[in-house]
Amino acid sequence: MTPVLEVSGLSTVFHTRRGLVRAVQDVSFTVNAGETLAIVGESGCGKTITALSMMRLIPMPPGEITAGTVKLDGTDLLKLDEPTMRKMRGSKIAMIFQEPMTALNPLMTIGRQIAEMVMLHDGAPRRVAKDRAVEMLHHVRIPEPERRAREYPHQMSGGMRQRAMIAMALACKPKVLVADEPTTALDVTIQAQILDLIGDLQREFGTAVVLITHDLGVVAETAQRVVVMYAGRKVEEASVGELFANPLHPYPRGLLGSIPRVGSARGLDVSPDERLREISGMVPALNDLPDGCAFAPRCPQSDDRCRVAVPPFERKKPDHFAACWQA
Amino acid sequence: MSTTALPGSGPATHGVLNNMWYQARRYPLGVAGGIIMFVFVLAALFASVVAPLDPFSTNARASLAPPGGRYLMGADMMGRDVLSRLIHGARVSLAVAIGATVIGSGVGAAVGLACGYIGGWFDLLVQRVTEVMQALPLLVMALVITASLGPSLQNTIIAIAIPLIPTVSRVIRSNVLSLREMPYVEAAKATGMSEWRIAVIHVLPNTLAPLIVLATAQLGSTILTEASLAFLGLGVPEPYPSWGRMLSESAAEYVRTAPWLVIFPGVAISLVVFGSNLLGDALRDALDPRQRD
Repeated sequence: MTPVLEVSGLSTVFHTRRGLVRAVQDVSFTVNAGETLAIVGESGCGKTITALSMMRLIPMPPGEITAGTVKLDGTDLLKLDEPTMRKMRGSKIAMIFQEPMTALNPLMTIGRQIAEMVMLHDGAPRRVAKDRAVEMLHHVRIPEPERRAREYPHQMSGGMRQRAMIAMALACKPKVLVADEPTTALDVTIQAQILDLIGDLQREFGTAVVLITHDLGVVAETAQRVVVMYAGRKVEEASVGELFANPLHPYPRGLLGSIPRVGSARGLDVSPDERLREISGMVPALNDLPDGCAFAPRCPQSDDRCRVAVPPFERKKPDHFAACWQA
Repeated sequence: MSTTALPGSGPATHGVLNNMWYQARRYPLGVAGGIIMFVFVLAALFASVVAPLDPFSTNARASLAPPGGRYLMGADMMGRDVLSRLIHGARVSLAVAIGATVIGSGVGAAVGLACGYIGGWFDLLVQRVTEVMQALPLLVMALVITASLGPSLQNTIIAIAIPLIPTVSRVIRSNVLSLREMPYVEAAKATGMSEWRIAVIHVLPNTLAPLIVLATAQLGSTILTEASLAFLGLGVPEPYPSWGRMLSESAAEYVRTAPWLVIFPGVAISLVVFGSNLLGDALRDALDPRQRD
């Protein structure tokens, strides 16, 4: 299968008063049609900036994409002029955001907001676009779509609004859907529904999904491949099964260790007094990264080499990559 | 609310007339304001039909006649009927008030939107010009503009509209600055919408509430500015009546001897200001879908 989306060597910086902030450094990944790639990591590790860089939505200045390519079906998005890029956004590569509460214009009906997008990209007349909006709302399993299309965002619940956002994002059948923490602001029960919905629509439309999340539970449920980011860099990449079974880098190992497991309290495979582990310390400031491995100050296994040289991102096992001197 | 149907099946599902009726029941004060404005606009449009007497014909014997009889609201020093002059004056006053407010708010909103949205050196430059304009009192600036353009209805409207621009543009600019950081603006960008279109369909409608409040608040002061200009001989020229001039001409001289010359124009101005404020408030609420159900 040829990948729909190929990101390679993507680097984004921000020029700020406190110096150069290296938000994303040399990030590469590929996503195939119908596949889901998860990008995980703590807040501030560059996940969202990676997504916004792919969409070319980084405010410039102060931001700047300094290197890399983002190839969508062979076209490098970073080389397109702005009007051409605008045509790609929404029609070829769409994005859904974390805040379903504020990501919709409060003064416009849901149907109209979806229709605007259809009119913009498909040049459809208003009536056709409105029908399409209703059809999309039906697709995302909103009951009574005709009536809901005439409602305003404040009349809907968070889950409904996120469904509407998904309907809007998929209205023009994009090849790639970038979902930036799509379920973080929602209730747990709604989360599962939204993830199922994204999965179903993905199978139906053959969309490639880049799922950005800090929730490893979400990753396990939906993704096929995982990229773990730390301080703007990729630290590990593997299939979901492989990553959960044998995490190589101490950061994802720490992340996995910080999740409570069913059974651990009953002492089935661990001692009953085992406490939930945490990763001590904080993500380093991106304008003041340490020499060597960015994770070294928090890493239980770090040695002198870790503090001096940045570990290369290399293949450790077939189809399992990591950036760690110790692995 | 009395018997509304299913929750959520708001006014949007009814016809236009039903919707207007629904809104009218919700905002009785707005309806009152609307009626006041409607009556004044009708009076202005059909002044020559409605006015009982000729507003220009003088009558020495009726000089300063008190209200009653032939002169319902009395007569002025030259024996001209106050009521008829008020009705004809509504043309000038409303034209100036509505014209200047619409032009001033429209241009101000456009400037504010451009400043807030484009930002950078453009914003910096326009803001400094705005500050220079705001340093001058409204009346002084209007005076300078009419003095250079010459007195006429059109020039009076322009002269009063221009000083409104800085105030309106500043309010809109600050509002736009916060609105353009809203997630729905970013989401609109992610759908491939152009900056210009986002500014017009996502940002502008969301600044409407402060714009309406500001515009209705300015309406009264424009009438008074017109009065001051007219008093200084720079407004709409004599003998054509305007409320402001009727008030300012007689205020000092006749307030004790013939108070009707002061009271009636004053009441007319207050009523327009009051009516437009009521209407503006109701409009602001009625246009906001979050306030509807």
